[in-house]
Amino acid sequence: MIFAKLQRPNYGGISPFHRMVTLRDELDNLFQLALGQPLETPFDPDRLPEGCLPALDLYEDNDGLVVKVELPGMKKEDIAISLEDGTLTVSGERKQDPRFDEATVCRCERVLGRFERRVSLPCKVDAGKIKAAYTDGVLTVTLPKAEEAKPRQIPINIK
Amino acid sequence: MNAVAEQEEKVIQSQPVETAREFITPGVNILETPDAYVLEAEMPGVNKDGLNIHVEGTILTLVGRRQSAPAANFLYRESGPGDFRRVFELDPAIDTAKITAKIEQGILSMTLPKAEKAKPRRITAS
Repeated sequence: MIFAKLQRPNYGGISPFHRMVTLRDELDNLFQLALGQPLETPFDPDRLPEGCLPALDLYEDNDGLVVKVELPGMKKEDIAISLEDGTLTVSGERKQDPRFDEATVCRCERVLGRFERRVSLPCKVDAGKIKAAYTDGVLTVTLPKAEEAKPRQIPINIK
Repeated sequence: MNAVAEQEEKVIQSQPVETAREFITPGVNILETPDAYVLEAEMPGVNKDGLNIHVEGTILTLVGRRQSAPAANFLYRESGPGDFRRVFELDPAIDTAKITAKIEQGILSMTLPKAEKAKPRRITAS
């Protein structure tokens, strides 16, 4: 059943090319199986296709940047967030419900395993004021802009 | 075999169009134990109030509504727009009166118990 881990319906995070690439690999494998040759792309759970990464949003308002990552069903402790050189990294591991190990699996579409997302921030942020919250399966990281990156109005005295 | 089967599009179409908003199909895991089916659906951003689970006959409809995205300046956007929806046709052996559901961190977990008469049992010959 491990192959089924990669199946997923139209989910926001999937890139448009993912399905084509997967289809091509599967066709290759099918031909090779038919010819009795070893598979060229053996299944490797650590090398998940790009589309299996959690969906990430980045938006900007006057005070700062907000990053939202869809991570349903995780524990707060299993999510790591770090900021280095203006790059925000969110990583962790989505674990299988232990009940799925014993029972008969009818459908397995959720993508599990390790993931890591990196995003380059478009402006300087105040590292000391970053806040993160995890509610309803969505991680929200609020990054206030550094003073020098904030839009400023410069009054001009006309003489 | 796959007793919790996906319903065809016609069921969706036969119901009144609720909104013009686009629906996303949530990914699900379904497992079968001797007593019940367990269904997990990924609905990030949906809480208890946004959830609408409807059973009619053997048709199970899951709808998860979430807050609209803020009207902000998106620099990068991968999350799907709109709400979640998925329709399943249930095994008639499921006792629909005993279905339970909970939602925790964006995962809807449902237990769909089988009716007593549908459970496997051992018969000893006399």
